[in-house]
Amino acid sequence: MNGWAMISKVKDSVEEAVSGIPDGAVVMIGGFGRAGQPVELIDALLAQGATELTVINNNAGNGDTGLAALLAARRVRRIICSFPRQSDSHVFDALYRAGEIELELVPQGNLAERIRAAGAGIGAFFTPTGFGTALAEGKETREIDGRQYVLEHALRADIALVSAFRADRWGNLVYRKTARNFGPIMAAAATTTIVQVDDILELGAVDPESVVTPGLYVDRVVAVGERAWLRDGEFVGSDSIEGAAS
Amino acid sequence: MTTTISRDQLAARVARDIPEGAVMNLGIGAPTRVANFLPAGLEVILHTENGMLGMGPEPAADRIDPDLINAGKQPVTELPGTAYFHHADSFAMMRGGHLDVCVLGAFQVSERGDLANWSTGAPDSIPAVGGAMDLAIGARQVYVMTDLLTRAGQSKLVKECSYPLTGVGCVNRIYTDHAIFDVTPTGLAVIELFGDNTVSQLSALTGLDLDDATITDVNHKELA
Repeated sequence: MNGWAMISKVKDSVEEAVSGIPDGAVVMIGGFGRAGQPVELIDALLAQGATELTVINNNAGNGDTGLAALLAARRVRRIICSFPRQSDSHVFDALYRAGEIELELVPQGNLAERIRAAGAGIGAFFTPTGFGTALAEGKETREIDGRQYVLEHALRADIALVSAFRADRWGNLVYRKTARNFGPIMAAAATTTIVQVDDILELGAVDPESVVTPGLYVDRVVAVGERAWLRDGEFVGSDSIEGAAS
Repeated sequence: MTTTISRDQLAARVARDIPEGAVMNLGIGAPTRVANFLPAGLEVILHTENGMLGMGPEPAADRIDPDLINAGKQPVTELPGTAYFHHADSFAMMRGGHLDVCVLGAFQVSERGDLANWSTGAPDSIPAVGGAMDLAIGARQVYVMTDLLTRAGQSKLVKECSYPLTGVGCVNRIYTDHAIFDVTPTGLAVIELFGDNTVSQLSALTGLDLDDATITDVNHKELA
């Protein structure tokens, strides 16, 4: 009637979902270790070709897939994270030791709050975390009510790649267990938020009381199929943390 | 010779000080073992910084849920009463003083309660801080659980930390394999000795002036 199209953020493929990500983009990637890592979107970004990226993630890749593969392909110039070194972070480790990737190390709670602040329109905030440590060197400090705080600035991004459990075409999201982690705050902190989900439900089928990320934070959503450890949404178990079906 | 207790005995000793109803975060590594010694049925709520309250033990080998892990990225389970939340909420719980206790490992603790546990400062190491700095200032009671001595025999309790700091004046109590120490305004006080250890032996081992705040009528020799 008004000439506007009905709202649909649904993309038919991961290729379509990641189209247009430019070289040099700042890209938030959800996940804590493998939980909540948007592997299909990262693979699509790898195929899409954008390079000279700055990546914001809690970690710096595990094993050889997902974020580690993006790093291995030399597509990431700089990474902002809290915990790059892990037992299986050999891709990052080698690049870092060779001086081929920049690292900004941020305490995990400050990382989360900087992302949250960006989505909430807060420019910077005083936090007690890190005061008196090497990670607060050169930063403004202030005593407030007898306690010492460090000024930390909001951290925003051009793109967020997030993995959620289910969505509707408006982009309302629900997550699954600890795979939620950085998803909701990254969705709010990026100019363009791209979400992969197991499946996309009819509008109204996501319980409004259970929506964790309201759709206004989401720009594109793509279904990638059910995770290997679920059948019709029910947990059936796995025998490895990598998620191989048992 | 001094007496030392095993890591599991130490975990059991820490667990004895956790009251029913406590909300607690256990750091990666040895502190995780404290959960193994909480009495069955005691309602203690475990927080994991990747977004969960009510964490349960590891699952059976074929019931691993890759969406359900702890801060060490190991598979865990959920207990009745579990709640999930995003990362910013999780760290707001710490920073906001909503956790009762956290138990952390340490490289060094100073007599003023400064903690060093995230980096040895070695020039060739890859830095990684994770949630260490947030946890160090993020609970009403911050307990450290550690051996008193390094493998090279040096005291981890020191006048000033030589390793990079995790937090300033943040530690309340240190559970070691030799004794338990409280951080007080005048330095470290020994509140409990294991085996036949004495405060003067520990002063010699640590090179620190230690207050004797032990309660003499408590017999903890069964731990040794």
